[in-house]
Amino acid sequence: MLTDFIAQLPNFLAQVATTEVPVPHDLEIPLPIPEWALKLWVVPVFLLHIFFVNLMVGGALMAFVNEIIGLRFPRYDRLARCIGETVTVNKSLAVVLGIGPMLMMNLLYTIHFYSANALTGHAWALLIPLIITVFLLAYLHKYTWETWTGPRKGRHVLVGGAVAALFLFIPLIFLVQVNTMLFPDKWSQVKGFFTALQIGNVFPRYFHFVAASLALMGLFLAGWFGRKSFPVEEKLPEFTRPELRRHFYRWTFWVSCAQFAFGPLVFFTLPTQGITATVMLWIFGAVFVAILVLGLLWKEIHESDARIGRRFWPIAALFSLVVLGMGQGRHVYREAALAPHKEAIARKTAEFRSIELGTQMRIRTGLGAGDALTAAPSGKKLFAQTCAACHAVEKATSAPSLVEIHSLFKDNPAGIVSWAKAPGKKRAQYGPMPPMAHLGDDNLALIAAYMLEQGKGATAQPTAAP
Amino acid sequence: MDFPIFHLEFLGNRMLIAITAIIHVLINHPLAVGAYPLITLLEWWGLRKGEPAWDKLAYRIVFIVFIITTTVGALTGVGIWLTTSLVAPFAIGSLLRVFFWGWFAEWLVFISEVGLIMAYYLTWKRFATPRLKRLHVAIGATLSAFSWLTMALIVAILGFMMNSGAWTQDKSLWSAMFNPLYLPQLAFRTPYSMFTAGLFVWFCIFFVTKRDDPIRPRAVRLVAIWTLAWLPLVVLGALWYWRSVPAAMQANANVALLTQAFSQWHGMFIKIIGYTVAVVAVMALIGAVRPRALPRYALLVPFVLSIWLLGHFERVREFIRKPYVIADYMYANGVRVSALPVYQRDGILPYATYSAVKQATAANALVAGHEVFMLTCSRCHTTAGMNNVITKFEHLYGREPWDHEALVGFIQGMHLTRTYMPPFPGNEAEASALATYLRSLQPPAPAVSAAPAVLTANR
Ligand code: HEC
Ligand code: HEC
Repeated sequence: MLTDFIAQLPNFLAQVATTEVPVPHDLEIPLPIPEWALKLWVVPVFLLHIFFVNLMVGGALMAFVNEIIGLRFPRYDRLARCIGETVTVNKSLAVVLGIGPMLMMNLLYTIHFYSANALTGHAWALLIPLIITVFLLAYLHKYTWETWTGPRKGRHVLVGGAVAALFLFIPLIFLVQVNTMLFPDKWSQVKGFFTALQIGNVFPRYFHFVAASLALMGLFLAGWFGRKSFPVEEKLPEFTRPELRRHFYRWTFWVSCAQFAFGPLVFFTLPTQGITATVMLWIFGAVFVAILVLGLLWKEIHESDARIGRRFWPIAALFSLVVLGMGQGRHVYREAALAPHKEAIARKTAEFRSIELGTQMRIRTGLGAGDALTAAPSGKKLFAQTCAACHAVEKATSAPSLVEIHSLFKDNPAGIVSWAKAPGKKRAQYGPMPPMAHLGDDNLALIAAYMLEQGKGATAQPTAAP
Repeated sequence: MDFPIFHLEFLGNRMLIAITAIIHVLINHPLAVGAYPLITLLEWWGLRKGEPAWDKLAYRIVFIVFIITTTVGALTGVGIWLTTSLVAPFAIGSLLRVFFWGWFAEWLVFISEVGLIMAYYLTWKRFATPRLKRLHVAIGATLSAFSWLTMALIVAILGFMMNSGAWTQDKSLWSAMFNPLYLPQLAFRTPYSMFTAGLFVWFCIFFVTKRDDPIRPRAVRLVAIWTLAWLPLVVLGALWYWRSVPAAMQANANVALLTQAFSQWHGMFIKIIGYTVAVVAVMALIGAVRPRALPRYALLVPFVLSIWLLGHFERVREFIRKPYVIADYMYANGVRVSALPVYQRDGILPYATYSAVKQATAANALVAGHEVFMLTCSRCHTTAGMNNVITKFEHLYGREPWDHEALVGFIQGMHLTRTYMPPFPGNEAEASALATYLRSLQPPAPAVSAAPAVLTANR
């Protein structure tokens, strides 16, 4: 008994695995460009999009916080306004640059992407209305800065708060989606957005993302306000350029330090199925560069007013490297995590394709697909399929009964055929009958014979049981 | 079969896409495609005449257009994609594979368009010298070209979904893009965008100028002439399209049958074109000759007419496409034409990844029937909301308990009598299970014998 059981075990386990992890068929049309080319491009293109998403989210949060501080210290209100002005531009770039990566993700991970979509469907359907709302609110916030002052300032802050809150929430929907697609083994448990929040490590990733947005926006603003062409004296007269630089460097520095807590949290809560040596190499390489960035930032912060800002471009370049490394690490993780599932899908797809082609071949050579298709057409079956929706034997609710048709055509089955091919309009109480010429004369003749037989039976022996 | 099914029971799945698409087209055509060239024209006119009043007017209008196109306009465009990927992932996934380069080019054009929109709007005040102003007008003109190009590419994709032309044979991108309905559609949409932009800008003029502002009548006259100038092209484009549709449809449908609904569409289209063009022509003439004569709300009449026209124009896709989602290749429920015989022989359930049962039997008929409904009918029907299949059967078979055999017969032959529906992709047992499921949803017949008194009292 026991040995039997043990011998059966691998089989049994394989069965459990196949029943638990859904393995769908892939689409039939092949990829339009080689998979490696897509993989090469997907990360940089995606990061370009995420860059503007980060600026948009980070900008909205920082504008809101600064506006609140500005209620007590007015110079921060003006700072908030200058930050807010970048949000509406960055948001347009974020959207338009998102299309390419989405296109590539759809191709590379067709099954996984759309499945995760459908599983969190209602949240996904809400995305567009939510984004439209937050964009309109962002414009409202931007263009009422001068007019909603004094007693109306509260209203203005509130709008800024709504913008920040929505910009905080919307990325969560995307995050849940890209997270869900990584774990096909959990799909059967997902019953919508909220259950999807519980698989994988959504929240650590989310905090990591929000912190990245804040850090990136800080660095961006250090460059944006620090550049020569920004009219500091005109727009932010209570600040000096070196002061602004230092302020945002410091901000970037401390938020990046916090990433040294969020980062490991993400890493250690990651399901282990996709962690490979290559993933580690990318991630820890990026961490190493991040330490360099922190060092440079520290130096900049303690630089004199005259010299601050010289290291901006090196910092920006290294920061991009960090992001690229992290992004590539994520991509390699995703590839490794999904590899077995993708293979299973490819196998199953090929299997179905051979069934399909075999059936097509049988049909083409006149053998038919199988019983259901080769069975000779019968008047009874054809009638049930094409006429019975309207015509009944005795009842005449939506079309004349077979009894009536029998009385009209009993010696003229060909009349039924020609009528059915091009019906006229006789009776006022009914709608028109659709033409049935596509069935062909032979089939219509079979139907006509069947109709007359049925109609005759009903008139000749109205009481007899058939 | 291969994706978890997202189903909106009350709104209906297609409605979700339809709402998004209608909002998008109603904004895209008059505002993104039509308004930017007209605004650029106003700006150029002011520059030529050396009158800053034109510039100020154009700037106020571009603000409105800028806000709407970069929020609702752009996002509903993306929204069509997102909602389709929820409702018909098999279709959008396949289309993306056919149209990858088209979509990719569309992306680049779209990036340029958005970049140009922002450049055009955000530099308006800063480009003040005559030289920079000329550059600014050039940005406007380039933006107009790119907005048009974005539409031109997307229309190719829409046209393809209606009629895949030679693509089903040679599978090439070019045959997919230059399908038989492409050019006629574009020939209609382009002037349509321009003349509705005229109506929209005309309407805006009332809101951004004061009643006694001398620029108002002059601007109205210019815009009225613009609107009038595009009308003949609208008529020509519409006629070309109107004439191409039946041929495309006949070539396309496997059953060469023009449905009654389509004939109605066809007759109605010409009528609406007539009404719209007549009303717009009269209004634009009045606007050109006596710009002060028309009150602002009179403009709502042609506006509503043109929305009706566009709505009617778009509806043809339904007739042409059904029962397909990609003509001759894939049905609206995701079943590929060449895989159909497999499902009809073996049943669809053995191949349905997410189905709770793999075989329809007498014992599991209700569960199996529900799965079959979700797989084969739910992309077009609900059981309680839009296009509710239960009320459809009630219309056919009345309120008394439906006959099982009749339902099975209907299901197996539904593509023969209702050519807008695909053939049933399942075997006999599944048709029977579906019938059992549908019968279980039939509302109880009115209790005639139980309460005769009430019934007679009511009569
Ligand atoms: C959509 C409902 C519908 C379907 C399906 C339908 N019919 Fe009819 N049929 C009608 C109606 C309604 C009339 C009455 C038309 C009238 O008198 O104006 C009619 C009338 C007829 C008549 C009587 C003609 C006469 O001269 O009075 C015949 C025969 C007939 N149908 C045959 C068929 C056949 C055969 C089929 C199947 C291939 C079929 N019908 C399918 C609705 C239908
Ligand atoms: C391509 C989309 C599509 C699919 C898939 C589809 N239908 Fe339909 N069906 C339609 C349309 C469109 C109508 C007509 C709606 C109307 O009357 O406005 C319709 C009408 C019907 C009617 C009423 C017919 C009549 O003559 O009044 C029934 C019954 C019906 N469908 C059942 C089904 C069943 C059962 C399935 C699944 C096996 C199904 N349909 C699949 C599109 C579809």
